[in-house]
Amino acid sequence: MSMFNIFNVSGSAASAQSQRLNVVASNLANADTVAGPDGQAYKARQVVFQTQLMGEMGAAGVQVSTITEDQTQGRKVHDPKHPAADADGYVTYSNVNPVEEMVNMISASRSYQNNVEVMNTAKSLLLKTLQMGQ
Amino acid sequence: MLNRLTDTLDFQGQALTLRSERQRLLASNIANADTPGYIARDINFAQALKEATGAQGGATLNTSQAGHIAAATGARAEPNLLYATASQTNLDRNSVDMDRERANFADNSVKYEATLRFINGNVRTMLDAIKGQ
Repeated sequence: MSMFNIFNVSGSAASAQSQRLNVVASNLANADTVAGPDGQAYKARQVVFQTQLMGEMGAAGVQVSTITEDQTQGRKVHDPKHPAADADGYVTYSNVNPVEEMVNMISASRSYQNNVEVMNTAKSLLLKTLQMGQ
Repeated sequence: MLNRLTDTLDFQGQALTLRSERQRLLASNIANADTPGYIARDINFAQALKEATGAQGGATLNTSQAGHIAAATGARAEPNLLYATASQTNLDRNSVDMDRERANFADNSVKYEATLRFINGNVRTMLDAIKGQ
């Protein structure tokens, strides 16, 4: 039954999108942090999606292949009294762009909803198929 | 005699299988809406159904030697997967048009259900004929 594979396909996409949402959440949470766990300023993260073949003809799911870090220079603010200030009195904040992250968040949640709706449609069709001939 | 009763079901059965295969393709397209480099796939349903029901020759097996085996009736190859072109160019070379895919998905699910109802109606008619009431 080829339609059962839809749950694998849409399920993998929903899990990839929720991972993307997770990354967006940690970026937004760290938008104003000065130092990350390694002592350096936090760098914005991005997930990279990749098609994952699901065996049967044409069935293509999604997986997260890597999570990349944005290497651009973080925002510098002159604040000599700050404990994390460098020799010139500049504090390096994270390079998170909140506007970009908000757009990313909306896109991820819409894609997630799309996949859930696909699963609901497939489920109702399959339930009707199970009652075939009755 | 009995196969005459179920011959009409064969066509609907093929249609239902193809509809479910198309449904899976469309679900894959929607799932990969954000994957860079993904090219949307689809099948030409009318063409695939014609090939599956033998109304128009798709791939046929040549039997030129005595030992060759002819393809069984109703045997079908996998339908040709086509590539959907992007309606708008995209920086990440993804050709999924979400509006088109959603519309196709809704269309396909309605037609899947229609085929199911045809099958159910057919079965009911035959059962009524058998019961003779």
